[in-house]
Amino acid sequence: MFAPEFSYHRASSIAEAGRLLAEHPGAKVLAGGHSLIPILKLRLAAPAVVIDIGRIPEMKGIAAGNGTVTIGALTTHAELASSEIVRANARALAEAAAQIGDPAVRNRGTIGGNVAHADPASDLPQALVALGATFRLTSPEGARSVAAEDFFEGLMTTSLREDELLTSIELPAAGPGRGSAYAKLAHPASRYAVIGAAASVTVAGGKCTAASVVLGGLTSRPTRAPSVEASLVGQTPSEAVIAAAAKNAAGDLGDDLMGDIYASEEYRKAVAHVWVRRALAAAAARCAG
Amino acid sequence: MSTAMFGSGIRRREDPRLITGAASYTDDLTLPGMLHAAMLRSPHAHARIGAIDASRAKSARGVVAVYTSADTEGALQPSPCAWLLPDSDLKIAEYPCLAKDTVRYVGEIVAVVVAESRYQAYDALELIDVDYDPLPAAIDLEQAGGPDAPRLHAEIEGNQAFHWTVSGGDVDAAFANADVIVKERILQQRLIPTAMETRSAVASYTRASGELTLWNTTQNPHIVRFLCSLVTGVPEDRLRVVAPEVGGGFGSKIAVYPADFVTVFCAMKLGSPVKWTETRSENYQATTHGRNHVQDVELAATNDGRITGIRATVRAGMGAYLSTAAPGIPTILHGLMLSGVYDIPAIHEEVYGLYTNETPVEAYRGAGRPEATFMLERLVDVLADKLDMDPAEVRRKNFIPKFDDGHDVATGLTYDSGDYEQALDKLLRHADYAGLRAEQEEARQQGRYPGIGLSTYVEICGLGPSQVAGAIGFQGGLWESAIVRFHPSGKVHVFIGASPHGQGEETTFAQIVAAELGVSPEDVKVVHGDTDNTPMGWGTYGSRTTAVGGAALALTARKIREKCKVIAAHLLEAAVEDMEYEDGNFFVKGSPDNGKTIQDIALMANVSWNMPEGVESGLEASTFYDPPNFVFPYGAHLALVEVDAETGQVELKRYIALDDCGPQINPTIVAGQVHGGVVQGIGQALWEEAVYDEDGQLLSGSMLDYALPRADKLPEIEVLSTVTPSPHHPLGVKGIGEAGTIASTAAVYNAVMDALKPLNAPAVDMPFTPERVWRAIQKGKGN
Repeated sequence: MFAPEFSYHRASSIAEAGRLLAEHPGAKVLAGGHSLIPILKLRLAAPAVVIDIGRIPEMKGIAAGNGTVTIGALTTHAELASSEIVRANARALAEAAAQIGDPAVRNRGTIGGNVAHADPASDLPQALVALGATFRLTSPEGARSVAAEDFFEGLMTTSLREDELLTSIELPAAGPGRGSAYAKLAHPASRYAVIGAAASVTVAGGKCTAASVVLGGLTSRPTRAPSVEASLVGQTPSEAVIAAAAKNAAGDLGDDLMGDIYASEEYRKAVAHVWVRRALAAAAARCAG
Repeated sequence: MSTAMFGSGIRRREDPRLITGAASYTDDLTLPGMLHAAMLRSPHAHARIGAIDASRAKSARGVVAVYTSADTEGALQPSPCAWLLPDSDLKIAEYPCLAKDTVRYVGEIVAVVVAESRYQAYDALELIDVDYDPLPAAIDLEQAGGPDAPRLHAEIEGNQAFHWTVSGGDVDAAFANADVIVKERILQQRLIPTAMETRSAVASYTRASGELTLWNTTQNPHIVRFLCSLVTGVPEDRLRVVAPEVGGGFGSKIAVYPADFVTVFCAMKLGSPVKWTETRSENYQATTHGRNHVQDVELAATNDGRITGIRATVRAGMGAYLSTAAPGIPTILHGLMLSGVYDIPAIHEEVYGLYTNETPVEAYRGAGRPEATFMLERLVDVLADKLDMDPAEVRRKNFIPKFDDGHDVATGLTYDSGDYEQALDKLLRHADYAGLRAEQEEARQQGRYPGIGLSTYVEICGLGPSQVAGAIGFQGGLWESAIVRFHPSGKVHVFIGASPHGQGEETTFAQIVAAELGVSPEDVKVVHGDTDNTPMGWGTYGSRTTAVGGAALALTARKIREKCKVIAAHLLEAAVEDMEYEDGNFFVKGSPDNGKTIQDIALMANVSWNMPEGVESGLEASTFYDPPNFVFPYGAHLALVEVDAETGQVELKRYIALDDCGPQINPTIVAGQVHGGVVQGIGQALWEEAVYDEDGQLLSGSMLDYALPRADKLPEIEVLSTVTPSPHHPLGVKGIGEAGTIASTAAVYNAVMDALKPLNAPAVDMPFTPERVWRAIQKGKGN
C-alpha cells in the first residue's frame, strides 16, 4: 500500500491546471483522492505526474439561478448531501451522496472526481443521469458541455479527454410537481452500490407526466429503464402502478450485467425492481400537486 | 478506598491514551539508523520456485540488502508449531521463514528487501524477478484429503496434518436405539480476524553484547521470546521481547510468524535496527485466519426430546502450514466441548486436520468453542423442529442440572459450576419470549418473517492446569504470575506475565489490588508486555488473563496483607492472632481507630527501621499460580431478526446476551467484552467470509470486500448476567473475553432459520448474504 514515486504539481486555477495537463501527457488529476490514491497505493497505476486541483477556488461551491443549479466539481459528497439547494432541487443526488462510503470518505471525495472515475458501483452517476445533468468540460482549446447520459461510456470510461478537466455540473432546477429519490442496496463492506436506483418523476393533475429511471451498480454504466418510465407516464402513480412499472426494470438491463462474490448477476437482476420501486415511491411522494 | 472497588464499573484507565491517539504501538517506534523491511510475497497458491534474480532490486536507490532462503539457511530454524497434539498421527510440515523451493499459499514470503525507507523497500519488491512454475492448488476442504487432491508436502499423504478422536459413552448404541436422528452438514467459513493494528516488528541487535530486542505486536511476549530464541539462536537471556500497545489480536497475535524472524535476521545481519509493518492487504493474506470447518454432525434423541448421543466428523482446514497453536484449536478446544450445557451420555467426534493452499488457520476469538457451540445449538433447533417442540423446551429438557462444585461430562472434562436453566429462564423472562412468539405468529399472518434464535452455551477457559497442558501436547505451561511491589509512598507496582491488549486489565487488576489491600486503584500501576521487567507468563488468550493471572495477583496481594499484618502487630505491640484487617487498615481487635494503614506499613517495611524479628525488609511478593482446573463460563443468548422475503435481506432487530462469568470485577468492562464478542459472532453469521477461488487467490482480500460488522447494522445489545462463582478460583471469577462470540453466531443463525421456517427454505451456509437467503427462499417455493 505504498504508491510508486510521482512528481506532484498543484494548480491554483483552471487555466493553470489546463496548462499542466497539456505539459504532462498521461498525468493524473487529484481532487479528493478517494479514487486515485487507492489506485496508486495498489500500484494499479503509476503516473509520472499527479496534478492536484483540490484548491482551485472557481471549481467549488453550489449556486442556483436561471432555472439551473450549478455544482462545482470540487464539491464534496458531504456538501452535496447537506446542501439546501441540492436537497430542494435534486433530492436523488443528495440522497445518493449521503450513502457513499462513510463520513471520512464523504468529507474528502468530490462529485467531479467521482464521475470522472466512473466506477460502475458508484452512486452519483445514475442520480445525475436521472436528473438530466450536464457536465462542463474545459481544456486549453475551450469548453464544452456533455449530457450526463452521454458522458458515461462504459466501465470506468467517459468522454472526458486527457487534456480536459471536468469543472462543473449543471442540473435543471426543480419544476412544479417534480420529485426525485435514490434507493440502494449497499455492499456491506465497501458500501458501493450493488444496486442503485435513481428516479425522477413529474406529476400533474394526479397523473405522471414524465419519469426518468436510471440504474447503476449492476451494469457497467448508468442504465436507463425506458420500459419502467413508459409504463408510468400517463398513469396515476399509485403503489400498485409503481410496483408493476418497477417490475419491468429487469428487462431494461440487457446483458450488460455485473456480478461478484457478494451478489451474482442473476440475483441483482431478479431483485433490482425492489429498489426501483422504492426510489419511485419516494420520488412520487415528493411530487407536490 | 475499599473492597467496594471489586464490582465497580469504573472507566478504563487505558482509554484516554487510546482514544486520543497518544498510545504508542510497535510501528510508532523509531530508532536511530533504523532500516525498513518489506516482504516479497508469493502471488501463487502453489508453485515451484525457480531462479530468483534480485540484482536490479539490490542496486535500487536506498536498498541495503535483499535476502532469500539461501541467505537464511542455517541462521533461521523453521517457524515452529508448538501444540503437539498427542495420539493424532500429527504430521508437521516444515514451515521455512523464507520459502525454499515451493510456495504453498498466496502471501508466503519469498524474499525480503531492506531499505532506507519503506517506500524504497516496496519499490524494490517490484524489481525482484522470480521464476514460478505454478502447481495445482488444494483449496476445497471437502476434497483436500482425497486421492486426487494436489499434495502440499511431499512426505504427507492425503494432506492430513492429524486425525484426532474424542469419545465417551456408547455412541453406536445411542444411535441404534434412537427414536429420532437429525443430521446437518455445517460449513464454518474461514474468517479473517482483522485486528485494528496490523502486525509489526522492530528488531535491534547489539553485536558487542549479543543482545537482541524485539518489539512485536503479540498477545504473549514471553512465548515469543522462548520461540524466537529457538528459531534465531539468540540465547533467551540476551533476548528481550516487548509488546508495546497492541491494537487487538483476537487470536491472530498468539502465533509467532516467519516475518518476525526474518526481521530479526535482517537486524542481526546488518547490525542496524529494522522495522517491518504489514499492510492491511498483507494482513489479510498472511496473518492467520480462523474457523474453516466442514462439519457433519448428527444427534440421537428420544421422542420426547431427550438427547442421547452426538456423533460428528469434522474436516478442519489448517492452511498450508501448522501455525503455532493450530492443532489444539479444532480438537482440544472444540471436541472436548461437545456436551455443551447438556447432559449427553454418548459423544464421538473425529477431526481431520487438513493442509490446503491457503493462509494458515489459528485461534480466532472463541477458538474451537464457537464451532462446537454452533454444532450443538443448530442441531438442538433442528431436533426441536423435527419433534415440533419449542427450542427453549428442548434445551430445558437436556440441561445439566444446577451444580456448584464439579460435574463430569462424557468428553472427560469436569465443569466447575453452573445453573444453565436459571440463565435461560432469566433470559426468556427479560425477552418476554412468549410475547415474542405471539408477535411472530401475528407478523407471519401479515406476510412478514421475524425469527427468534436461542443459543445456550458453556465454554472452557482460564487455560489451564499446566499438567493438562503437558498431557495435551501444549509446548508450554499455562500458569500465570504476578509481582506486587509497594513503594515507600504507598504507591503500588504490579508486574504481570500476561499481556493484555484491549481487555482492560490495567484497570481490573488495579481493582483487584484495591479490593484486596484497600488502596485506591489510582495508586496501582499495572506493568505488562516487556519480558525484561515482568515475570514469566504464558500470555493473553483463551479468556485466561483474569481467570489465571487475576488469581495470581489476588494471591500475591493476600501475601502482602499477611506480611503487613505481622508488621502491624509488631508496631502495635500486639499478637498477630489479635490483629484484624479492614479496607487497608490493620488494627487490634476492637480498636479500629488506633490501627496502622497499609501505607504506614509500606513505609516502615521499605525504610525497615523497626521490623519484627525474622521479617524481611521491603514489601513485595510474587505468585506463580497454576490453576487446579479450567473455568467454565456459560450463558444464554437470544437474537431477533426479520427477513425480507422479497430480497433475502436480514435485519437484526434485537440481541440479548446473558452471560455468567462469575463475580464481575468491573461490569462496564464485562459489558464491553460482551458487546465486542457478540458483534464478532454476529459478523460470522451475517457478513464475514474469506473467499478463495479454485486457484487459491484470496478474493476477499481487502476491507472493500471482507464485510466487518458496522455499528449502523446492529441493535443496542442488551446485557444481562447471573453470578455463579467458580469453586476453585480465589476470586470465583471465570472469563468473559470470548463468551459473546461463542454464543452469538448460533443465536443469529437459529433466528434466521426460524424466520425462514414458513417459507420452507433449506439450510443456508453462512454468512447470510441477501442472495443466499433469497436463493433458499426460491428453493422453498420450488423454483
